[in-house]
Amino acid sequence: MSALEELERYYLKIKKSKRFQRELQALLREYGGRPTPLYHAKRLSELIGSKLYLKREDLLFGGAHKLNNTLGQALLAKYMGKKRIVAETGAGQHGVATATAAAMLGLECDIYMGVTDMERQKLNVFRMRLLGARVIPVKSGSRTLKDAINEALRDWTTNVETTHYLLGSVVGPHPYPMIVRDFQRVIGRETKKQILKHEGRLPDAIVACVGGGSNAIGIFYDFLDDPVQLFGIEAGGEGLETNMHAAPLCAGSEGVLHGSRSYVMQDRFGQILQTHSIAAGLDYPGVGPEHAFLKLRGRVKYDYVTDGEALEAFRIVSKTEGIIPALESAHAIAYLRKRASKFRGKLVVVNLSGRGDKDVELVAKTLGGSKD
Amino acid sequence: MSRIAEKFEELRRRGEGALIAFITAGDPAPEITPSIVQVLAKHADVVELGLPFSDPIADGPTIQEATDRALRAGTDTDTVLEIVKEIREGSDVPLVILTYFNPVLQFGIREFLSRLAHMGGDGIIVPDLPIDESGEFRKIAREVGIDTIQLVAPTTPPSRVKTICERSSGFVYVVSLLGVTGPRERLSELVRPTIKKVKRLSKIPIAVGFGISKPEHVRAVLDAGADGAIVGSAFVKLIKENLSDVGKMLEELETFSADLKRATKKLAKFK
Repeated sequence: MSALEELERYYLKIKKSKRFQRELQALLREYGGRPTPLYHAKRLSELIGSKLYLKREDLLFGGAHKLNNTLGQALLAKYMGKKRIVAETGAGQHGVATATAAAMLGLECDIYMGVTDMERQKLNVFRMRLLGARVIPVKSGSRTLKDAINEALRDWTTNVETTHYLLGSVVGPHPYPMIVRDFQRVIGRETKKQILKHEGRLPDAIVACVGGGSNAIGIFYDFLDDPVQLFGIEAGGEGLETNMHAAPLCAGSEGVLHGSRSYVMQDRFGQILQTHSIAAGLDYPGVGPEHAFLKLRGRVKYDYVTDGEALEAFRIVSKTEGIIPALESAHAIAYLRKRASKFRGKLVVVNLSGRGDKDVELVAKTLGGSKD
Repeated sequence: MSRIAEKFEELRRRGEGALIAFITAGDPAPEITPSIVQVLAKHADVVELGLPFSDPIADGPTIQEATDRALRAGTDTDTVLEIVKEIREGSDVPLVILTYFNPVLQFGIREFLSRLAHMGGDGIIVPDLPIDESGEFRKIAREVGIDTIQLVAPTTPPSRVKTICERSSGFVYVVSLLGVTGPRERLSELVRPTIKKVKRLSKIPIAVGFGISKPEHVRAVLDAGADGAIVGSAFVKLIKENLSDVGKMLEELETFSADLKRATKKLAKFK
């Protein structure tokens, strides 16, 4: 607890420091490549029947929105005098982004990753090691993201004096959901400026995928008080009726996991359930508490698409736009197709939170012999 | 006075420290737990039962595995309450439940605590429920007569230690090290200063846990001023090593608890 209090105190102080903010902005710009473009996807627009813009977080250095948060937190850790970073990773994107930031800032870095995920995301394991991080296999529990978080928390408890825990999403105990949201807000802030420049008005709707929920809260946050419909799309896996999914907001209930109270997937005794999604980055039984709040307030509409629908969107975006999206981000696109009538003729922004190179092998395996 | 407080008072009069033994309820199977507790209680002064939770973030590999074994054997919250009832029918040993917040929340806080009291339980420890969030929980526990044992870590600042001690009942749980549960070769260097700090600020007994796995550890924490020592993973390890022979398991648990209990007697501070 005292480590969390120390982190909160320090963060609230540093947040107001001009020197810190200037340094972070420079890193995001010169190292990360911000601002990322807001791209008018004309062919995809035609196919879906709406005017569609993609916020190209896949073009952020490293290939996903994750770097916004890892640069911010690694710099924070450095200001706090910590020498070492630990982090968890699911798809490997957060692990890679953490290893990247740690390498650049000269911090020691250990990444916890479930063995199931290590198998699914071999390329990212290799990338993290190249970047000088140690990847520690997690064999407990379901051997995925939730268990990697358990192990990272245990490590942090043990090495709290020298180590910063660089949590990758808007989950976990306070102040993490707040810190990660603040570092991801840049997505929405830029989107707002860009859409006003391109279109002279705010979009009708914004769609983002939700696992822990960091890319979604990042793009939603600066639009919360605007007349813009917001959609958060969870991983429906093989379908909600099969229990093989990762959609706590759509099909879970209120509970406490990893130190925050939100929606979780659990049995009637409160044991956390195994989740399933083709997108490793969405495969988590909880969701950021702020999303629970936005759901209860009715501000954001949360829905889901299945593995199959996401796979189809993955292929369609690749073919029509020449952009291979992350399977996670493909969930957001799939929703536009699934509820096409809702978006017909509307101005829509989708957060293309990551690129899909990491998924190509898995998709090839899943689609098997299909040639078209 | 609660059964836990009475036990500490009785030990104090006898010049002994408390041996608190932890095992995971339902490990390796729910029907074996009462027999395990029966042999432990021959020597241990208080027994802690872990109510298994799928994501035990404060526990090291030994107790994680015990949790998995218990859950696979079909242990759920109802089962654990039945186990408490069965133990209570044959023993007066103070019983404490250690679990995480979500199982309690899903069962219903009041429902769980009052059933626990009704079945004969005496106290509860919830490591992931911080003191600032536990007001309602403690209020209900007080109403139904369950002691709420709170944790203090070596990094807890003195002002917070004071608050935690004031809001604990039964005893205060002093975490001996920075880290998770599990047997260690040596005691952490942090343990003596932490015991000193907490002892000074607490009006109720304090017991030290995490990494306490040998008679000499027990002795050392009691000599440093603690009123009790909590041993968990070392017992759980004996269970794991004897899964195929319950008779031998019970025998070894009894011998080990006797060895540990011996280390709590004839303490220097009472001479």
